[in-house]
Amino acid sequence: MAVHELPQLFSKRHLLGIEGLSPYEIQHLLDRADEFVDHGRQANKKLDLMRGLTQINLFFESSTRTRTSFELAGKRLSADVVNMSIGSSSIKKGETLIDTAMTLNAMHPDVLVARHHDSGAVALLAHHVNCAVINAGDGSHEHPTQALLDALTIRRRRGRISGLLVAICGDILHSRVARSNILLLSAMGARVRVVAPKTLLPSTVGAYGVEVCSDMESGLADADIVMMLRLQTERMQGSFVPSVREYFHLFGLTYDKLAKAKPDALIMHPGPMNRGVEIDGTVADDIHRSAILDQVELGVAVRMACLDTLTRNLKAAA
Amino acid sequence: MSQLILIKQARLLDPAEHLDQIGDLLIAGGKIAGFGEHLSIDGASIDAEIIDARGLCLAPGLVDMRVMFGEPGAEHKETFESGTRAAAAGGVTSLACLPNTEPAIDDPAMVEFIARRARQQKRVKVYPYGAVTQRCAGEQLAEMALLRQAGAVGFTDGHRAVADSLVMRRAMAYVSALGGRIIQFPEDPSLTSSGLMNDGEMATRLGLAGMPHEAEVIMVERDLRLAEATGCALHLGPISTAAAVEAIRQAKAKDLAITADATPAHLTLNELSVEGYRTFAKIKPPLRAEKDRLALIDGLVDGTIDVIASDHCPQDQDSKRLPFAQAEFGVVGLETLLPVALGLVHDGTLPLLDLLDKLTRAPADILGLGAGRLKKGAPADIILFDPETPWRISPDDLISLSKNTPFEGRLTQGRVLRTIVDGRTIFGGGVATS
Repeated sequence: MAVHELPQLFSKRHLLGIEGLSPYEIQHLLDRADEFVDHGRQANKKLDLMRGLTQINLFFESSTRTRTSFELAGKRLSADVVNMSIGSSSIKKGETLIDTAMTLNAMHPDVLVARHHDSGAVALLAHHVNCAVINAGDGSHEHPTQALLDALTIRRRRGRISGLLVAICGDILHSRVARSNILLLSAMGARVRVVAPKTLLPSTVGAYGVEVCSDMESGLADADIVMMLRLQTERMQGSFVPSVREYFHLFGLTYDKLAKAKPDALIMHPGPMNRGVEIDGTVADDIHRSAILDQVELGVAVRMACLDTLTRNLKAAA
Repeated sequence: MSQLILIKQARLLDPAEHLDQIGDLLIAGGKIAGFGEHLSIDGASIDAEIIDARGLCLAPGLVDMRVMFGEPGAEHKETFESGTRAAAAGGVTSLACLPNTEPAIDDPAMVEFIARRARQQKRVKVYPYGAVTQRCAGEQLAEMALLRQAGAVGFTDGHRAVADSLVMRRAMAYVSALGGRIIQFPEDPSLTSSGLMNDGEMATRLGLAGMPHEAEVIMVERDLRLAEATGCALHLGPISTAAAVEAIRQAKAKDLAITADATPAHLTLNELSVEGYRTFAKIKPPLRAEKDRLALIDGLVDGTIDVIASDHCPQDQDSKRLPFAQAEFGVVGLETLLPVALGLVHDGTLPLLDLLDKLTRAPADILGLGAGRLKKGAPADIILFDPETPWRISPDDLISLSKNTPFEGRLTQGRVLRTIVDGRTIFGGGVATS
């Protein structure tokens, strides 16, 4: 078995965001995930690190890939995994988030993986349960496991994160993926540039210490990594861009625009992609340039690392 | 009621007359019968209640021009019963209540309802505002002349701005002829409709939609123009941004009939209070950046901000213990008004008399209440407070039905010990407070 016992370098009870994590803690999670990657490629993918433990995936916002990724991660660690989604839950019947938290808590889960459409809602949930909580995305706030899997993808493809120029392009304003990535990549020593129309940039994004660009030409110049974001029309109230056609014309990733980046620049996207909106279909499918499917594969390993680390902390505390 | 009360050796404070001296004050028949260095009662009347007030401050009762109760429509958040008790405990003897209730105070019968419900409590004096527009919806003018006749002390749509420029212009033209005043909540709602907190670094970090500064100053500047054009007396508040303070300062230099208020929350807290998604710090206008807070203080000191009002807005647990986006706006403030405001005296920002002016005389004059001063023959609405009494603010100490204070844990100095309205002690001084 390639998975060894590691000295515990991650002491937090929950994983609610990248904010507050030290570079050592991030590195610990990435190292741990690295070990799970190869294991996931074997015929027998089962480990018994979470045997006997219960994992509840609580999704107030629809999700296919993230929920499946967490479910697989839990099952590969032998946890008992239960999925709860908004459609079938009593939230629809008027129950408050805190009541839901306390109800689930009474069933003694060991880890709760939660996604919610409101920023801060997962942290609120964490205040009312005794188990470990992993934020699987809260509003426009954070999506820490996505940032971790992006970092692992970059590290495996490039051998390092430090010193690389990462251009994050698209709807920064509404994106929890962008926030978590900016925090993580900066903490690990990358140069981060955000590229978006001004209407999709927070007015104070510069406070993160990132470079800010409003056109793709200069935004992609010399980039090692081109990270595209989905245009989140469901989070938009009112008009942020005049039309999808104009958005694609200015900010959609095409080979023309990509020519400004480094010749071997890697293309990433957290999914689900809107082909023809933020990314040209053929660019997305370019197996030499695109790391999009790597991201999906490494997502399971990263989530296994997070689940394992947090439940290990619980056992240590018990 | 006709009993004599002699308050002896208090520090008499009357901002209207710049009075600050040790002395006695005599109450007879519910009115101030006199005050001065030494008073004696004829024949040493046996009936007189003598209050030894050595070491205590005696000031006019506070006048709070911005209060929201739950009646009608949200009685589970605050009733006239609980609200007037909270006011009494905070030393507020007169208050004006906002009309954006459910239903709104947009009809003379509603004004009379408020006045009657408040009278039944026999505590503090409650003055209703009338709505500017029907249902406070910002479209059709309310019957402002009839509202005024029924007793409305001013016109406002409460926590909703009169956003349509034409409606506001007509309202101001109409009110200028009535001799009233419009109290505007300065916010351009199209800029803030999806906003949850101040637009800035903190909002970006927390992933919460921001309300930009411009939303306030745009409305302030528009209304200043309309006030100039129509000659209508205009009050703006609560003010929260540096740009709005500057705009009001310039308008006052032009001798327009403009007044403004700010709340203790905006004067002492900034956007960092929202850290950790604290819904008790979710208010409108939002807590702003520190530079805005400092500009508000400057405006308070130079007189640009005339009034400190609590903007008491009770919200129960069910309205606040929610994800930030879903929680209601508002904080309670009646009981913390004086203790928090006195912090501005203790830290040397304002002399005590200047602070009291903004809590008594200024709001009373703006609303034409004839309260807020120590005057022989005037109703004896006064408070006794110890400016030094320490209080670590705890929601458990609050009388208000709702406990949504953003000041939990704040260390304050100064608390009201006795509140007297029309010569009757309604809080403290051995009177049961519950």
